[in-house]
Amino acid sequence: MKMETDVNRFRRIVRGRIKDNLKRFISSGELIGRQGNKQVTIPLPRIDLPRFQFGGNQQKGVGQGDGQPGDPLNQGQPQPGEGEAGQNPGEHGLEVDVSLEELADILAEELQLPRIEDKGKKNVKSRKFRYHGVLKTGPEGLRNFKRTYKEALKRQIASGDYSPHAPKVIPIKEDKRFRSFKIEENPEASAVIIYMMDVSGSMGDEQKEIVRLTSFWLDTWLKRNYDNIETRFIIHDAVAREVDEQTFYHTKESGGTLISSAYKLCEKIIKEEYPLDEWNIYMFHFSDGDNWSGNDTNECMLLLDNVLLPTSNLFCYGQVESRYGSGQFLKDLEKHFGENQEKVVTHQIKDRDGIMNALKVFLGKGK
Amino acid sequence: MVMDPRLTSELTPELRNIVMEIESQSRNLGLDFFPVIFEMVNYQQMSEIASYGGFPTRYPHWRFGMEYEHLSKSYEYGLSLIYEMVINNDPCYAYLLKSNSLVDQKTVIAHVYGHCDFFKNNYCFSHTNRKMLDEMANHGSRVRRYIEEVGHDEVESFIDTCLTLENLIDQHAPHIRREPKAGRDADDSLPPEKRPVPKLPTQRSYMDGYINPEGYLKEQQERIIREAEREKRFPESPRRDVLQFLIEHAPLSAWQRDVLSIVREEAYYFAPQGQTKIMNEGWAVYWHSKLMTQFVLNDSEVIDYCDHYAGVTATSGMRLNPYKVGVELMRHIETRWNKGRYGLDYMLCDDPAQRRSWDTQTNRGREKLFEVRKYHNDITFIDEFLDEDFCEDAKLFTWAADRRTGQAVISDRDFPQIKQELLDALTNFGQPIIEVVDGNFRNRGELLMSHEHQGKDLKIDWAMETMRSLFKIWNRPVNLSTILEGEPRLLIYDGGEPRIEKPVTTEEAS
Repeated sequence: MKMETDVNRFRRIVRGRIKDNLKRFISSGELIGRQGNKQVTIPLPRIDLPRFQFGGNQQKGVGQGDGQPGDPLNQGQPQPGEGEAGQNPGEHGLEVDVSLEELADILAEELQLPRIEDKGKKNVKSRKFRYHGVLKTGPEGLRNFKRTYKEALKRQIASGDYSPHAPKVIPIKEDKRFRSFKIEENPEASAVIIYMMDVSGSMGDEQKEIVRLTSFWLDTWLKRNYDNIETRFIIHDAVAREVDEQTFYHTKESGGTLISSAYKLCEKIIKEEYPLDEWNIYMFHFSDGDNWSGNDTNECMLLLDNVLLPTSNLFCYGQVESRYGSGQFLKDLEKHFGENQEKVVTHQIKDRDGIMNALKVFLGKGK
Repeated sequence: MVMDPRLTSELTPELRNIVMEIESQSRNLGLDFFPVIFEMVNYQQMSEIASYGGFPTRYPHWRFGMEYEHLSKSYEYGLSLIYEMVINNDPCYAYLLKSNSLVDQKTVIAHVYGHCDFFKNNYCFSHTNRKMLDEMANHGSRVRRYIEEVGHDEVESFIDTCLTLENLIDQHAPHIRREPKAGRDADDSLPPEKRPVPKLPTQRSYMDGYINPEGYLKEQQERIIREAEREKRFPESPRRDVLQFLIEHAPLSAWQRDVLSIVREEAYYFAPQGQTKIMNEGWAVYWHSKLMTQFVLNDSEVIDYCDHYAGVTATSGMRLNPYKVGVELMRHIETRWNKGRYGLDYMLCDDPAQRRSWDTQTNRGREKLFEVRKYHNDITFIDEFLDEDFCEDAKLFTWAADRRTGQAVISDRDFPQIKQELLDALTNFGQPIIEVVDGNFRNRGELLMSHEHQGKDLKIDWAMETMRSLFKIWNRPVNLSTILEGEPRLLIYDGGEPRIEKPVTTEEAS
């Protein structure tokens, strides 16, 4: 189709626009909540070719209908808010539907992310039953009524047993037809993302928002790379517990912080539910870097070294800057792992503008 | 006329009969049109055709893709529906939406004949290319060839550049000769001050000193010098067909020149449709309503038809509906000329009661309508026929945004003001008047253009962007003199930052 070329050209331009605005989208969270099942509706400024045109906008005109001078007119669209009244009426934005996959690709292009290398061993096959063809034998439950009836009818007409005036069709054993199925095995890459977050008193709303934005994009990219993805959420202060997504971003506790509690819970979840040979495991931990004691920090390192790192693809630690946090944990991690541990990525996220860099660092290894 | 069976092959037999019936009824009523080819399309095809402005064979460009996404999406969401498309071409092409109900199809077919008659007979369309379908296909293949030669991105971005200048055409060009090329009688080789002065003829040589006195000869000599000066200017007089000027004089490569001329040609082809929007729709609605109610409709279809009609002529408060204003004004004219409400006597009559009941049974309404459809465009149509009576009957008003709330409110029902506003909005068919004044501005090959300001400023950010496009084509600094907030200003773009300056009066400077 000829139109397809033009639509594609247009989509390319849109893609470019999204890329140009990506930083804004990433740090403003505009796209979260505009997410449908597999699509995101992205608001963009209308793409117009400029011309020599009258400005001043439609502040007056001629209309038709009933009413006295002074009567307001139905405009069919809400007025812009105070202060901006009439600033840009009539300039409708463009809303483009982009699939999450495409959005992920745009993100990857802009951040130059490498494709993720599967851990290799876990090409798990998903099994699906699929109907195909018809057989003469099979269980009664799969009997194909229509085909069976046709066969019976054919046989009866052929043998002269059928009379249109008294249409009685009785299938015998040979007439019976059954649907047959086969089992299809598809290789499928599965991954689980475990988000952990410190919700102790020192983490403010803005810090949580940064975590939320970051994780949206992490999800988007990882979903692009795995057919089957699960996300789990763990919050912790001095104790850790697993929660749903909603609670994850909106809980505020006031207690102290024991990071090891989260890692222990994480270990438990993995052990119980995600056998290593079937799952790629991603762990993201966000905190403001305060830990209760050096002892606990040591325990964390032990857990990481012995349990978490060997099982996972990637362990990322994002330190969100807050007024109260000391940021010590980041230093501890760096000191402990140095440059050598490939699976550990640490990054400090100063503010919303830092999210883009964080994404690049976290996903830049292609793990 | 014998209908070529191939022409309606896409139609169902039922629709084919309806088309034939409506066609013959239209002819009986005096409509005169090119043969019409109807095609049935589904909404995707319709959106596609509509996105290409009616020409499926047009050159490739992303904006058609954008339009298509927009149209097909608003159809899917049930926001809008294109019932029909008609192409001004000989033969006329009309596309019917497959999913239309039968009543709608009938209405649309009747409507199409109205448009076709208008295309064929209105003077605005008299210069349009009636083989535009072929021409567009031709443009398409030329552009595709350039794409193959120099690359898609380059051609497309050049088309973008050209399109931003698309409206810099002379809206009246097909009808006026702006530059009468008078035969040069003077000898160009001599400097103007030495050229012989054309003398008034005398029979007797001794009378010469009286008939052609010294003062007169001097005056004539000066006139010759002035004209010679003017000829040195480039262009000789300001030119509104900016695109043509650029095609002739801008440093473009061959394919660029061709693309620019394609854009220009299409702009001229589409211009009349903008110039006659109100009339064209009014005329088509007038005729489809006549045809439908007098001949075509079954009893069972009347309600559906009326429902459709009410939708077509719905008002929306702030914006005038061209269908509604158009058809009402047409009917107003018909009534006036049927009842003899024209001429000096009627105009001088001040008694409202007498005017209301004025009827001299002239019955020239239909005849007048055909005349109007031939000789008018939207501006002259409104100017000539929108009178106080109509204004009152049609409940027109002016509105303005309330300064405090930003809410649009009805401001007045005063007739002169309404008419003034309508005509203002239609001046130069809603486009700013911009002309090329000097192609060698500042004696440095810069381009100077002038915006004939008529009370409305240009949208400045867009104007600046457009200046960039001009610069790309002219390849030397470009200047536009205009008025911003009451002050004369010169917009300058020379490849760096666009500037707005106070103009130095160029006459003094040079």
